[in-house]
Amino acid sequence: MRKLIRSYTFRTVVQGLITIWAVMTFTFFLIRLMPGNPAQIKIDEYVDRYGMSEDQARQQVATLFNYDPDQPVFEQYVDYLSDLVRFDLGRSLTSTETPVAEQILRFLPWTLFSVGLALLVAFSLGVLVGLAMAYWRGGLLDNVMTVFASVIYAIPDYIIALLLIMVAGVQLKLIPVGELYGGSTQGIEPGFTVEYILDLLKHAFLPVFTYVLATIGGWMLTMKSSTISTLGEDYITVARARGLPERRLLTAYVGRNAMLPLMTRLAISIGFVVGGSAIIETLFLYPGLGRNLVLAIGLRDYTTMQGIFLVIAISVVVSNILADLLYGWLDPRVRLGGDKGTE
Amino acid sequence: MSASADVRAVLSEKSLVQRLSSGTRGTVRALLRNKAGFLGFLGVMFFIILTTLGPLVIPYEGDPRLDRLRPGARSLFAPPSVEHPLGLDVKGRDVLSHIVHGGGPLILTALEAGILTTIVAVALGAAAGLLGGFIDQIISAASNFILTIPQFPLLLVLATIVTFDNRLGMALLLAVLNWPTLMRAVRAQVMSLKSRDYVEAAFALDLGLWHITTREVLPNMISYIVVNMIFTIRSAMYFIIALMFLGLVPLTEPDWGMMIFIGKQQGSLSNPEAAWMLLAPVLAIALFQLSLVLFTRSLEEVFNPRLRQGV
Repeated sequence: MRKLIRSYTFRTVVQGLITIWAVMTFTFFLIRLMPGNPAQIKIDEYVDRYGMSEDQARQQVATLFNYDPDQPVFEQYVDYLSDLVRFDLGRSLTSTETPVAEQILRFLPWTLFSVGLALLVAFSLGVLVGLAMAYWRGGLLDNVMTVFASVIYAIPDYIIALLLIMVAGVQLKLIPVGELYGGSTQGIEPGFTVEYILDLLKHAFLPVFTYVLATIGGWMLTMKSSTISTLGEDYITVARARGLPERRLLTAYVGRNAMLPLMTRLAISIGFVVGGSAIIETLFLYPGLGRNLVLAIGLRDYTTMQGIFLVIAISVVVSNILADLLYGWLDPRVRLGGDKGTE
Repeated sequence: MSASADVRAVLSEKSLVQRLSSGTRGTVRALLRNKAGFLGFLGVMFFIILTTLGPLVIPYEGDPRLDRLRPGARSLFAPPSVEHPLGLDVKGRDVLSHIVHGGGPLILTALEAGILTTIVAVALGAAAGLLGGFIDQIISAASNFILTIPQFPLLLVLATIVTFDNRLGMALLLAVLNWPTLMRAVRAQVMSLKSRDYVEAAFALDLGLWHITTREVLPNMISYIVVNMIFTIRSAMYFIIALMFLGLVPLTEPDWGMMIFIGKQQGSLSNPEAAWMLLAPVLAIALFQLSLVLFTRSLEEVFNPRLRQGV
């Protein structure tokens, strides 16, 4: 039995590793199929700006970064792979000599902070409201919130962001949008000071608020329908017949069980936190990984793109495995059912 | 006596089913039953009429209209007025004309993407479920693979490789990214149906894969497929506009996405006067997407007779 479990976990991990490798390889070649390459962009820049000859510029660029556009792609792939095995993501092609790993570590915290905070807020609020909606079904709260959730769920996140800026910011002047762009205010020393933390929260407000609005409707509606089906279960009727106080019933019996299907989703969502949202971060000039990826794509910074894609793929795969294991851990019924619980 | 009552019940039930599933009256009634769904239907219809018949009535203004500069004004932007119900944009052009002419290509591309995705997903899902074995493994692995790569960044990269001088290329690209979800559902459905008696009977009669898929399997999940197609259209539209938004696809005016892009470029995000140029496409996109989502509720009732009777 123990052997079996171990082999199941082992198989999942191996499968995950293969997926990561496949995504890495696929993106590696895909990225190099993009028209234009970083060296050529730099060479053109030198020719235009400093009036160098094509050859001169080419030599200059060759000394600047160790990327040779004429090297066969497959050789580049082998080089990259051998570096990767030693946990070396290489150096950025455009901001010369900055290790990609360092760059990712610089942008990742911003994305983790903003998207993670939004996920936490949207999930907890959505679950609470969804539970209340199902419990007082047909009431005022349910009717108002169902309309709200359906509407907000249907509108794309960047449309919400634009409306926030235009209506709440520019027209009504409720939010000082101009001050809130970027990650933090220049001149405030980073550190564990109240001032800096408040500043971080202030700048994260717009993206976080947008993410919350864009996702909370989904959580509310899912929780509502999950709660409604839980309320119909026999064990709820039994608990009620036993004369348990409604409050305990709602939290310990209904709430916990209704949340089960949402936990898997939550775990999967966590995987997508890392990628952030390229478009929202670009719109609010938030210095996260998503915006950095858009910039890297524009500059054809192969190694940076490669590194970011790899990090995203790893987090998605890991969170999928986590979701798998989490479900079995949270719901003993799945565990007892043996290892056929996953597809 | 009881036997005749039974027969009558069966007969009346049969006629009810027939009437509901084949008659247009039943469809209309199902459409009307869900209020939110009907509202969505009206919304979708509104945008379809606006973007197909509208261009016949309202001429397109593509060239800058400097003559509309009002005395003393610093820019050509104008708020809504009687002649221009949605105001003027940065070049003094009528915003309404851009809304009317700019929705068609976008909606059509999204529709093409939705149809293509559905075809690919159903074909692959049916193949995986019915054939099983090696083919199933390959298709499932491919779907897992696509689901692991974050869609939008991948689309950003692909958008630079595939050039979008034609709509179909864009639609195809979106189909390649979107098929896995529906494919999984079709595959699962096929797997569970495969052991049902009537499908086994069809197999035993050697009716062929095509017949089994189209006659036995698909009718059972038509409601799911249609709703999924609407959601694919919605997400296709989301991605197309997002690409334009970041200025990554060379697209031409008139287009709702381009209106947002140009509006953003021209600083109308911080200029209160310029709000209408951005607000109009933003609201159009929001309302169209909302209508699509609401519409799916009615579609579920139209295509799922069980749901209709069960109310």
